[in-house]
Amino acid sequence: MTMRERFYDLARQALERDERVAVVTAEIGTDAIGPHARHFNVGIREQLMIGVAAGLALEGYRPVAHSYTPFLVERPYEQVKLDLGHQGLGAVLVSTGASYDAARAGRTHQAPEDVAALAALPGWTIHVPGHPDEVERLFARALATDDRVYIRLTEEENVARVDGDGVVVLRRGSADAPFVLAVGPTLSETLKATADLDATVAYTATVRPLDGDTLRAEAGGDVVLVEPYLAGTSTAEVAAALFDRPTRICSLGVPLAEFRRYGAPAEHRAAHGLDAAGIRSSIERFLATRRRGG
Amino acid sequence: MATATTLGYDDLPALLRRLAGDEKHDWSALSTLDVLWVLFARVLGEEDRFFLSKGHGPMAFYAVAAAKGHIPLGALDGFGSFGSMLGYHPDATLVPVAGVGSGSLGHGLPIAVGSALAGRRVFCLVGDGELDEGSNWEAVQYAGRVGLDRLRAVVVDNRSSTYHWPGGIAARFELEGWTSATVDGRDHDALEAALTAASDTAHVVVAEVAR
Repeated sequence: MTMRERFYDLARQALERDERVAVVTAEIGTDAIGPHARHFNVGIREQLMIGVAAGLALEGYRPVAHSYTPFLVERPYEQVKLDLGHQGLGAVLVSTGASYDAARAGRTHQAPEDVAALAALPGWTIHVPGHPDEVERLFARALATDDRVYIRLTEEENVARVDGDGVVVLRRGSADAPFVLAVGPTLSETLKATADLDATVAYTATVRPLDGDTLRAEAGGDVVLVEPYLAGTSTAEVAAALFDRPTRICSLGVPLAEFRRYGAPAEHRAAHGLDAAGIRSSIERFLATRRRGG
Repeated sequence: MATATTLGYDDLPALLRRLAGDEKHDWSALSTLDVLWVLFARVLGEEDRFFLSKGHGPMAFYAVAAAKGHIPLGALDGFGSFGSMLGYHPDATLVPVAGVGSGSLGHGLPIAVGSALAGRRVFCLVGDGELDEGSNWEAVQYAGRVGLDRLRAVVVDNRSSTYHWPGGIAARFELEGWTSATVDGRDHDALEAALTAASDTAHVVVAEVAR
């Protein structure tokens, strides 16, 4: 079961179990979630979808709004900024179709800028799960608060879930080894890329707030940040956490460019250097640069 | 929503003078004065919600809200200053009676739809120029099609939309399934009757005001 399918089940269950929960859709996911008195499909009207979510929050409900990433985050961006943020209201936004998931559909259905765009607004908690089981845990936690929470679902997923909150260290290298932080669905490729490398490898499914305490406890020197969306989205967060020590950061992710290709997600992943070979190659170049610099 | 009435309609000019500053949209503020007065003095009940979507030129709103005890009279004097709760566009977290923080046009009506879906009777004030924003029509279309009878929009029509609304504003709402009334935006009795008229779907009152 994909993250998306898991979310639809979870949304249906939440409607049944928690009378505070209301779901707002704009045709996408509507049938999969199914009819319910507190499930409102507003048609193909994403600005209204966010406005309605805000109105429901104002009346004490816990709204969940869902659509394909560019139509959830980018098209109604001012509604997200004003109707939720400026009004001081919360909602759970759950996207599907991350970065290059819709490789064949082209640029109109791709929004690797999603996390950076939401991170530019105050007060957003941003989750990037790498496995359907993580979706369940993070969605349940989001429903239990009144915060503004974004959960980015993707068709890429890691071979296994990671338990634990914040930055979770999966294996430790030697004292001077690079610290490699894999975000969400980049973990499996990152583990393959670093399998025979002296490196500390960590994982996080939450990038806002980024777990600075664990970074400070574990990282310094060379840091490799592997994000499945726009490269550099969390670089400043890592730098801020490690402000008190010499640090170099290698930021991997989707390049800031119009990438006019169709094809398969795996082809895009490779083209962006986010498959195991690409990640390995970037890390080797990064470490070699350090050695040249003496 | 209602609180003890402290001042009357005739006191509003004095309150507006206290708000005097370099607010450039003063004509706009005045266009909404009578609609706001009727809403706050005669229509809004304890359980109702009001959304000031047309946040441009909010002096009339501040004056009425102050007259009805929703914001302190003293707040009027510092209008727009650093320490004031009253800005050139209202912030609903500072002035909850505004319902929504507005200024960017076309946000109030969609939020009002959400509030009405939750069961609340909602009155949302928009301007005819504001209706240029497409986001309003997402709300108008949906509310009319689903027959959202708890939603009431008031359009203050002072012909400020550059390209106008051929065929009339009310006709456009009616096409989407709303009921409508078009009245003189200065006639308090007509406004009250139109705002409180029975309707089994979303209802719009077009309040015509000379520019």
